[in-house]
Amino acid sequence: MQLAKVLGSVVATQKDQSLAGLKLLVLQPLDSDRKAAGSQLVAVDSVGAGVGEEVFFVLGKEASFPFLPKRVSTDSSIVGIIDHLSVSKIERV
Amino acid sequence: MQLARVIGTVVATQKNLHLEGAKLLLVQPVNERGVFWGKAILAVDAVGSGVGECVLVVNEGRAAGEILQKRIAPVDSAIIGIVDELTFVGK
Repeated sequence: MQLAKVLGSVVATQKDQSLAGLKLLVLQPLDSDRKAAGSQLVAVDSVGAGVGEEVFFVLGKEASFPFLPKRVSTDSSIVGIIDHLSVSKIERV
Repeated sequence: MQLARVIGTVVATQKNLHLEGAKLLLVQPVNERGVFWGKAILAVDAVGSGVGECVLVVNEGRAAGEILQKRIAPVDSAIIGIVDELTFVGK
């Protein structure tokens, strides 16, 4: 799983049936210092996240698990909203 | 599996129900000399590790799901060991 910030939402009328009614959000993955790291991606929301929130998401086959028994065609899903992130100041050797 | 160092903790009230009760730790991959590389990963802890420790992390869903004893938990990385000692020959 990775940390990310929700940057925006996606509207798509024409899409696979399995994605009907699901919220698609644009994510910017974050590093431990909350700085943007890597390229943006679109993920399906399973926890009710909104724009501006910090979340964590899962990649791969497991991204479809939150929607079981419904089979959703996705490779990235938001599975939690971050309340608090505590990062210790371990020296970057 | 990869070597990583635990650098932080995450609190999340609103999360997938299969993640209830799971300890989520932020880990940073390290190389053989302990130098950080790559992006930090959020992993489920199965071995009782803590911040500052060097750990073994699996980055595969099946293995990570087994940790929570739930085959359908939406997790893709888990801490499955605490490293006591590393030995390298040569360098």
